[in-house]
Amino acid sequence: MMKDKLRKIAKGGLGQLAIPLIAIALLVIFNLIRDPGFFVIGLSHNNDGNLVLQGNLISIINGASELAVLAMGMTLVTAACGGQDISVGAAAAIAGSVFVKTLKSGAGISGGKVFVAFLLACIVAMIFGSFNGALVAIFKIQPMIATLILYTCGRSIAYWINGGATPTVSSPIITAMGSFIPGIPIPTPVLIVIFMTILFKLLFRFTSLELFTQSVGINGSAARLNGINTTFIKLLSFIILGVCVAVAGSIGVSRLGLINHETLLLDIEMDAILAVAIGGNSLGGGRFKISGSIIGAYVIQMLTITLYAMKVSSTDVKAYKAIVIVILVVIGSPVFKEKFGKFMNKIRKGKDGYLEKGAEKA
Amino acid sequence: MEENCLLKLRGIDKLFPGVHALNNVDFTLRKGEIHALMGENGAGKSTLIKILTGVYSMDAGSILVEGKDVHINSPQDAQNNGISTVYQEITLCPNLTVAENMFIGREDNLWVKQKSYEKRAEEILNSLQIPARARQQLGNCSLAVQQMVAIARAVDMQCKVLILDEPTSSLDDKEVNMLFGLMRDLKSRGVGIIFVTHFLEQVYEVSDRITVLRNGELVGEFLTEELPQVQLVAKMIGKELDELNNLSEGEEHKEHTGEVFYEAKGLSSSETLPFDFSIKKGEVNGFTGLLGSGRSESVRAIFGADKVGGGTVKIKGKTVKINKPVDAMKNGIGYLAEDRKRDGIIADLSVRENIILALQVMNGFFKPISRSESEAFADEYIKALNIKTASRETPVGSLSGGNQQKVILARWLLTHPDYLILDEPTRGIDVGTKLEIQKLVLKLAEEDVSVTFISSEIEEMLRTCSRLIVMRDRHIVGELKGNDLNQAQVMKTIAGGESS
Repeated sequence: MMKDKLRKIAKGGLGQLAIPLIAIALLVIFNLIRDPGFFVIGLSHNNDGNLVLQGNLISIINGASELAVLAMGMTLVTAACGGQDISVGAAAAIAGSVFVKTLKSGAGISGGKVFVAFLLACIVAMIFGSFNGALVAIFKIQPMIATLILYTCGRSIAYWINGGATPTVSSPIITAMGSFIPGIPIPTPVLIVIFMTILFKLLFRFTSLELFTQSVGINGSAARLNGINTTFIKLLSFIILGVCVAVAGSIGVSRLGLINHETLLLDIEMDAILAVAIGGNSLGGGRFKISGSIIGAYVIQMLTITLYAMKVSSTDVKAYKAIVIVILVVIGSPVFKEKFGKFMNKIRKGKDGYLEKGAEKA
Repeated sequence: MEENCLLKLRGIDKLFPGVHALNNVDFTLRKGEIHALMGENGAGKSTLIKILTGVYSMDAGSILVEGKDVHINSPQDAQNNGISTVYQEITLCPNLTVAENMFIGREDNLWVKQKSYEKRAEEILNSLQIPARARQQLGNCSLAVQQMVAIARAVDMQCKVLILDEPTSSLDDKEVNMLFGLMRDLKSRGVGIIFVTHFLEQVYEVSDRITVLRNGELVGEFLTEELPQVQLVAKMIGKELDELNNLSEGEEHKEHTGEVFYEAKGLSSSETLPFDFSIKKGEVNGFTGLLGSGRSESVRAIFGADKVGGGTVKIKGKTVKINKPVDAMKNGIGYLAEDRKRDGIIADLSVRENIILALQVMNGFFKPISRSESEAFADEYIKALNIKTASRETPVGSLSGGNQQKVILARWLLTHPDYLILDEPTRGIDVGTKLEIQKLVLKLAEEDVSVTFISSEIEEMLRTCSRLIVMRDRHIVGELKGNDLNQAQVMKTIAGGESS
């Protein structure tokens, strides 16, 4: 089994993961040339006196956590519905507000309370997810249009939940969620991403979600005639994305120790969609790889941090990011792959191909 | 060199990963000739046509149009060289008018006024005697007329070579005759027509010459009148001729006696009128009738594919509710849909995933079939049905039509249905596979599976079915069994009128 896989990889059969992995590799090499010490990881004590891992690499992986979690859910929605949810940022603000509101009710913050608060945030996000899902699956509205509604009003709803304030929560438990658990040197958000990845893997292992979602995304009519409840599968993808939204929102709140409904995970929906695309998944739905999207999220984050490290001003970063992303997306497109394949064939054939071409022109 | 030679292909070679699709193939088309291109699926017909129309590029060989060496690298090149194609699936825009469809996307008429091109369209339609008006919306025309409009478009673009790829597969007899009239007319004007079809009778009715391909190689070029039909089939499939003869001699059509498996009373859906129907264990029956007679809609109603209207359904004597496909599947019914591309295959998924799909749905969401188990299932059926695929992980969309159909058959066989509905399982696939499917149906019946078999080729149904239900205008107008099961009687019942 393992051997087969290795052989496949050796043959260059990485499939859709090739582009995001190459992008990561190039970014790493570029950074190493630019600054050999860029990826040095050190152990040191932070402000709370915990022994923790520190370094650029850690902050990249840590910083991409919310994006990675959202990209997982976004992949599923994309695959099933052939469209994207642009309301995840706004929905995360709602989930975060619910999270904080629950924590602020009554005195003190216990572990149980945090759990309940997260659960409530999850339920609310899942309800909003079902709303989006119902518009898409039942009323057959295009996903982007359907989720435009929540995108527009989501942050207003978040504003109402906490009465317009931006309340802070200070508790060692929340601090631990947002940064480090005492005794564990790995940032907690990274652990949460690992946990979510495992959760998705288990979901695919113990249910038929993957097969059914792909079938619905590729050929809805055939899927229906094979007994698949296509409405349910689409709805389910949005509900699962809702869970991801609640997780991302809670991480975001915990990092800052406060909820700012205006800025929490602002503009993250576009990065999440981008992560899905960089991961080699078709934005038109169908076949997907969650792992591709996760790697895609890290590509985006590494790119951002690299640019910051190069002292690019934050207003310029977006422009530079766009350039790199255009290149990645074009390289990943089927047209480019086909052209590239033909080109490689010609090179392999040697000069004959070129001579022929020349004769043609003459 | 013959002086009236229009198109000459020499030594065409095309390699796909793992498949030698065309191996040193020659093809010649003369002026004013209808030339049938025949072969099983996977013989290389489609590949040859795609090379000719610039969709694929050839690895070796040369194309000569009227003696001139040409390079065809894009569909545009093909058109500039006077080669036009009308595909099986109509590629026009149904929501535009006939005239707009005829002139859309042509460089020479960017600023032509609506009036003038409508007039021009009307002229062409008249001269070709196509029963359509220039300002009519294309979608309102029958399929045959749409096809003819596509041809008219090609003709007006000064085409010398017209390729018709399965133009008759969704037309009824009358429409086919109309189309043939048009083809003969074009032929008399000196157009060379390449005609690809699976209907042997049509080849003999209209073509002058036949070129046969098999497994990517040229078998030969023949004058139609000098090649008897049986020999043509033999050349196409290369073997199994005796078997074909044996099978077509016909089973004795015994009436089936056995326990009733499925019984519907007053069953209706959004697409059908209420009807009664029953089938016994191990019985093979058929629904026949012209296109639009309601035969497909009826079996869809049995499977719950359309919105259910009313009626009672009993399976093995017990009343059951079938409102959606999964209900039917849970009651042991399988359904191979008429439109393979739209309702059958999940093109991007692998052969393996396509095969296990229906079984997985029946097992339920929380009981996924393990990887190793699904691999075993796939291997078993790839072998049992002789599915030609590079591996079980190959996307099913890259297989030939016949093999795709086998994958869907495998999907349903894997669920071990008690009652299997096959709507046009043999449409658009090669003779050899057709034969295999018919044999499979008879084998299933022996194993006490009930089968409903629908085919637009009546001979196929006469060979396999012991009872035929004839439909006309969405009504069941007759049920034929025993001695009535012969072509004449079926035709008479379909046509109506004198039959009682």
